[in-house]
Amino acid sequence: MIINGVSIDDTFAEAFGMRGIRLIITAYNETWAMNSAAAMTGFATSVIACGAEAGIERVLSPSETPDGRPGVSVLVFAVSSKELIKQIERRVGQCVLTSPTSAIFAGLDEGDPVPLGKTLRFFGDGFQTSKQIAGKRYWRVPVMDGEFLVQDTARMVKSVGGGNFLVLADSQVQALEACEAAIREMRKLPDVVMPFPGGVVRSGSKVGSKYKALSASTNDAFCPTLRGATKSELDERIGAVLEIVIDGLTDASVKKAMEVGMREVCKIGAAGGIRRLSAGNYGGKLGQFQYHLREILK
Amino acid sequence: MSALVLTLRSAPAQRVDAGALNPTALAGMTPADVAALTLQVGKNVVRVDALFDLSGDDPGDIVFRGDCSRFERIGAGMKSGRVTVEGDAGGYVAQRMLGGEVIVTGSTGAFCASGMKGGRVEVRGNVGDYAGGAVPGDMKGMAGGLLLVAGNAGERLGDRMRRGQILVSGNAGDYCASRMIAGTIAVAGTVGAYPGYLMKRGTLILNALPVQMLPGMVDCGAHRLGFLSLLYASWKGLPGAFGALDASACTVRRFMGDMGATGRGEMLIRG
Repeated sequence: MIINGVSIDDTFAEAFGMRGIRLIITAYNETWAMNSAAAMTGFATSVIACGAEAGIERVLSPSETPDGRPGVSVLVFAVSSKELIKQIERRVGQCVLTSPTSAIFAGLDEGDPVPLGKTLRFFGDGFQTSKQIAGKRYWRVPVMDGEFLVQDTARMVKSVGGGNFLVLADSQVQALEACEAAIREMRKLPDVVMPFPGGVVRSGSKVGSKYKALSASTNDAFCPTLRGATKSELDERIGAVLEIVIDGLTDASVKKAMEVGMREVCKIGAAGGIRRLSAGNYGGKLGQFQYHLREILK
Repeated sequence: MSALVLTLRSAPAQRVDAGALNPTALAGMTPADVAALTLQVGKNVVRVDALFDLSGDDPGDIVFRGDCSRFERIGAGMKSGRVTVEGDAGGYVAQRMLGGEVIVTGSTGAFCASGMKGGRVEVRGNVGDYAGGAVPGDMKGMAGGLLLVAGNAGERLGDRMRRGQILVSGNAGDYCASRMIAGTIAVAGTVGAYPGYLMKRGTLILNALPVQMLPGMVDCGAHRLGFLSLLYASWKGLPGAFGALDASACTVRRFMGDMGATGRGEMLIRG
């Protein structure tokens, strides 16, 4: 399959079942909501070492938030319910509770419970107050700028982590600009985040390493500087490869994001130095979800 | 099916326990079954059709017509359905109610919504003393649901209230929110002396400072409290003074108390 001069590999992205949650952070203005959301979703690129993968889904207008203030919707994913609960407690406790004027609410109505204010309330040292409003419980925790308002419980759902595609281009700059264009469009979609810096990752990995302590190591088959020295997947024209990783609340949302992103890259086409689209997988043995590039783009 | 209408023939000489005439207790009954039920009137046992003319056939939607101020416990313990009193009702309306809706177009006696745990009670007139409060012997008053009062409330509104919301568009009497454990009371008009007496927790929202304040209510200053925007939004569209509040007007003067008790309650003065 070739689109606008871009060759689409006959391969698939392999993704994993994860636990995902949407939270809504509000604040006095968008700047402070974003400050809090950025901190909370920081250091959350990969579950390999961060414990969670997270990102900002979108900015919310006051009419879209529970308390009528500017807000930001964030998505957080982890490999298990237990890990997600731990990550949420730490991240909300350290990054939202601490952020001036912030409040945080559940962004999903259905799913398994995740304690939010239920545990953070104890920061109030007995001065915390609970309120049940319209069937939902909230906690008011006194803090130095007033009160931190936090919903008692949020909801998590079964999700998908690790949807991906690789952009193979003539040069590093061309690969990067194509990924930037793809990310711009993908960020308009609901239910997905691209957790790596700027949504793009350069250090694609393979399973295993020559070093016993490491479970993953550089994907040498896609490293252009090793083209002549290893069993390379790259021909002589490819100067750089970048990857976009997608986590989504649903299978369909990941698939849609992959389609939108790949089509945007294909628009740039061979004229812009884009040669191939490929994807990362483990031979189909590890992940529950497979996203075949040619099926998505047909 | 049409609403089961109970039209009072004449006011009884004594008080009547009408707790059995609610949608939950009458579920599955025909009008003939309901007519044959008996109620205690003083020391006499009287059939329902001796007290009321019956029409309609839906026991899930019951309407009382006439002066029912001597009928107590109307809607008590009901779990669903609707009871409408077209006129006044006696005491203990919706006592220990679990769900459904009770509407009283007139006024009620004392202990309206006492021990109520869910559902909605709307009184378009006044409520007597201890509305949402605890009857003697009970440790808790209202424990859930919504009590809407278009008129005034008597003394000890929400006494020992544990959860739920009481919204009074008129005035409230002395010792409003006394011994309150939790929940929310809002009064649009004035309140009598010493609101929040021995209040432990919970929220009392007023539009103006009470004339006689307890020394145990301590001033914590004016603050923006974010939860009020959610609270006001949840009240949007309700009849009365609280259905059209500006959800962004969340700055209130906060008093905490009663320091003679736990002291974690709050009295919030709007505007």
